Amino acid sequence: MSDPGGFGPDLVEVFGPSQQDGGPELVQLLTPEGERVHHDEFDHDFSAEELRGFHRDMVLTRRIDTEATALQRHGELGIWAQLLGQEAAQIGAGRALRPQDYVFPTYREHGVAYCRGIDPLDLLGLFRGVDQGAWDPKDNNFGLYTIVIGAQVLHATGYAMGMQRDGVVGTGDPDRDAAVIAHFGDGASSQGDVNEGFIFAASYNAPVVFFCQNNQWAISEPIERQTRIPLYQRALGFGFPGVRVDGNDVLATYAVTQAALQRARDGQGPTLVEAYTYRMGAHTTTDDPTRYRMSDDLEHWKLKDPIARLEVYMRRNGLVDDQYFADLKAEADELGHHLREGCKALPDPQPMSVFDHVYTEMTDELAAQRDGYRAYLDSFEGAGH
Amino acid sequence: MSTTQKITLAKGLNMGLRKAMEDDPKVLVMGEDVGKLGGVFRITDGLQKDFGEDRVIDSPLAESGIVGTAVGMALRGYRPVVEIQFDGFVYPAYDQIVCQVAKMTFRSQGKAKMPMVIRIPFGGGIGAVEHHSESPEAQFAHTPGLKVVACSNPIDGYWMIQQAIAHDDPVIFLEPKRQYHADKAELDESATPDPLFASRTVRAGSDATLLAYGPTVKTALKAAEAAATEGKNLEVIDLRTLSPLDMAPVFESVRRTGRAVVVHEAHVNLGMGAELSARITEECFYSLEAPVLRVGGFDTPYPPSRIEEEWLPDLDRVLDAVDRSMEF
Repeated sequence: MSDPGGFGPDLVEVFGPSQQDGGPELVQLLTPEGERVHHDEFDHDFSAEELRGFHRDMVLTRRIDTEATALQRHGELGIWAQLLGQEAAQIGAGRALRPQDYVFPTYREHGVAYCRGIDPLDLLGLFRGVDQGAWDPKDNNFGLYTIVIGAQVLHATGYAMGMQRDGVVGTGDPDRDAAVIAHFGDGASSQGDVNEGFIFAASYNAPVVFFCQNNQWAISEPIERQTRIPLYQRALGFGFPGVRVDGNDVLATYAVTQAALQRARDGQGPTLVEAYTYRMGAHTTTDDPTRYRMSDDLEHWKLKDPIARLEVYMRRNGLVDDQYFADLKAEADELGHHLREGCKALPDPQPMSVFDHVYTEMTDELAAQRDGYRAYLDSFEGAGH
Repeated sequence: MSTTQKITLAKGLNMGLRKAMEDDPKVLVMGEDVGKLGGVFRITDGLQKDFGEDRVIDSPLAESGIVGTAVGMALRGYRPVVEIQFDGFVYPAYDQIVCQVAKMTFRSQGKAKMPMVIRIPFGGGIGAVEHHSESPEAQFAHTPGLKVVACSNPIDGYWMIQQAIAHDDPVIFLEPKRQYHADKAELDESATPDPLFASRTVRAGSDATLLAYGPTVKTALKAAEAAATEGKNLEVIDLRTLSPLDMAPVFESVRRTGRAVVVHEAHVNLGMGAELSARITEECFYSLEAPVLRVGGFDTPYPPSRIEEEWLPDLDRVLDAVDRSMEF
C-alpha cells in the first residue's frame, strides 16, 4: 500500500529507523548504556536509596512475571499476561503515586499492583480461574484488572470527576490532593472509550493521568496499524499536554509521571504520558510472536533492558555491592517460592458460590434457581457436598 | 396533613429526581442536555438551577462516555442517575452497561457496588424518526447483574425513580415517552408506595389475564374496558419490574383465569413475552385453558412513523388475541 503523502509526515518518518529509539522528543534521564543525562523540564535528584528501591522493585516484578509464566507452562495458570520489558514503565509510574491517588489498571499492571501493596499471589487468581480479582479496590486504591480493552479509561475519568466533587483537587494540601492514573496500551488507543475518556477529562479538567504503555504491539498488530502520528501527539488534539517518555528508563518514567500527577492534583487537568517501551515477551502465554515479528527487533530492544541499565549505573557509581545483589536474589527466591506454593494452594471456588454477589442481595428468582440446582445435586445418591 | 396535586408522568419523574437529590447529596444527574434545557423531554427541568452544575452534569455527546464515567463516579461513592436521550441511542453504551455496570458487583464479589440508574425513554407512538421509538428491555433483562423496571403512570414515576436511586444494584429505568405529557394523576406525597420490584394488578377480572408494562398498560386497560362492553371480564397486571420478574401475582391470576396474553411494544421474538410464557407454562400448566399468547411489535425494525400505529400493539390486536385465547 503506498503512502498518500502530501499532508504531514509519512510513515517512514514517524515509525522508521530514526524513531526506533523514540525520536527526539523522548524524555530520558538514564540511557540504555547507563549514562545519567539531564533534561531541562523533567530532571529530578534521586538518592541512592531511591535508585536501589527502583532496581529492587523491577527485579521483583520481573520475578513475578517469570514465575507466573512458568506456572502457566506447568498448567497451574490458564493464561498469563506477561510484562517482560515493561518493568521500568510500571515501577516508574507506580512509585510516583501517593496513597490517596487511585489506579485503574489493565490486566498487565503487575508491577503497579506490586507498588500498591497488592500481594502478587492475589494477581494469579484471575489467571488460574479461581476468581475475577481477589483484592478489594478500596484497600489500596487499585481497581480490579479490566479485560475489555480501554473500558477502564472511562472509569478512571469518572472517578477523577468524583474527586473533583469531593474537594480533593487543587487545595494545596499535599496529603489531601489526589489524582487518578489510567493505564492502557497502544492498542487501546484506538478504542472509542479511550478517546471518549480524553474528551470527558478535557471537558471537565479532570485530575487524571492517561498512562499509555506503548509496547509497540497489540497482540500481532504493530503500532503503525493503530496510529499515523506518535501517540503522545494525539493529546494536543484533545486539548491537553502529551509527553513521550522512555518507558525503559525508570527514572524518567518516574519523573514524568510524578509531574503529570502533580499537575492533576493541582487542578490543572489531564496529561497523556506515552511510555515508549517494548513487549519483550508474547502478548500472553497463548501467543506466538515468531509468527509476526522479526527477531532483530527483539535483539535491538534487549540492549535497552530497563533493569540492566540501572544496574550498570549503580555499579559504576558504587551504589551497590555484592551483598546487595545476594540479598535481592534471596528476596526474589522467597517471592518465587511464595507464588509457586501459594498458587497451587489457591482453593477452587465452590460451585454454589456462582449465585452469590450477582446482586447486592440475592433476588428471589435467583435463590429459586440456586435451590433447584442444590436439590439436583442432592438427588444423586451419596451426595456429600 | 397530606397535600395532593395532579401531575403528569414527566412531572412525577422530575419531582422524584428532585426529592432524591434533596435526600442524598451523593445523587448526581448526568446526560446530554439535562442541564439548562432540562432534557429533551424536560424531565430534569430546573434541577441544574437548584443543584448546580456539579450535580446536574451536561455531558459530551457520547453515551459510552456517559455510562463509563458514571461507573467511575459510582466507584467513588456517588449514585449517578444517567439519562440516555432516546432508547435507540443506548447501544454505544451497551458494552459499558453489560460488561462493566452489570458485572462489577459479581467480579468484585460484592466489594464494589454499582448504585446507578440508567433512565431510558422507551417505546414509540410520538411520530419520531428512526432510532427514537425502540423497546430494548429484553436485551437488558437478559443480562445478569442488571435490574430492569418500567413505570407506566405519573404516581409510579414519582416513587419508582426514588426507589431505583436508593437501590444498591444498577437499575435500567424505562420511561414510556409517549406517556410523559399525556395523562395526569393525583399524587399524595405522604402515601406509602408499593415496593419497586413488585407487579401490581390494576384491574380485576376473571376471564383472561393481560400482562403489560410501560406504555402498553394503558393499551391493556382500554382493551379491558372495551371487552367489558362485550361481557368479557379481563384482569390487567402492570408488571412494573422486568428483572427480576414478580411472578407470584401473575401465577395467582392465571390459575384463576386460565388464560394469559402478554402485550408489549418490543419485538415478539425472544421478547419479555417469551419468558413470561415459559414461566407461566412451567408453573400453571394444568390451569391453562389456552396457550399464552403474545401481542407485540413485529419482528422487523421499527417502521417509519406514518405506519407506526399499525405496527404498535393496539386495542384491537389485544382483543383479537383475547378472542383467540377464549376460542382455543
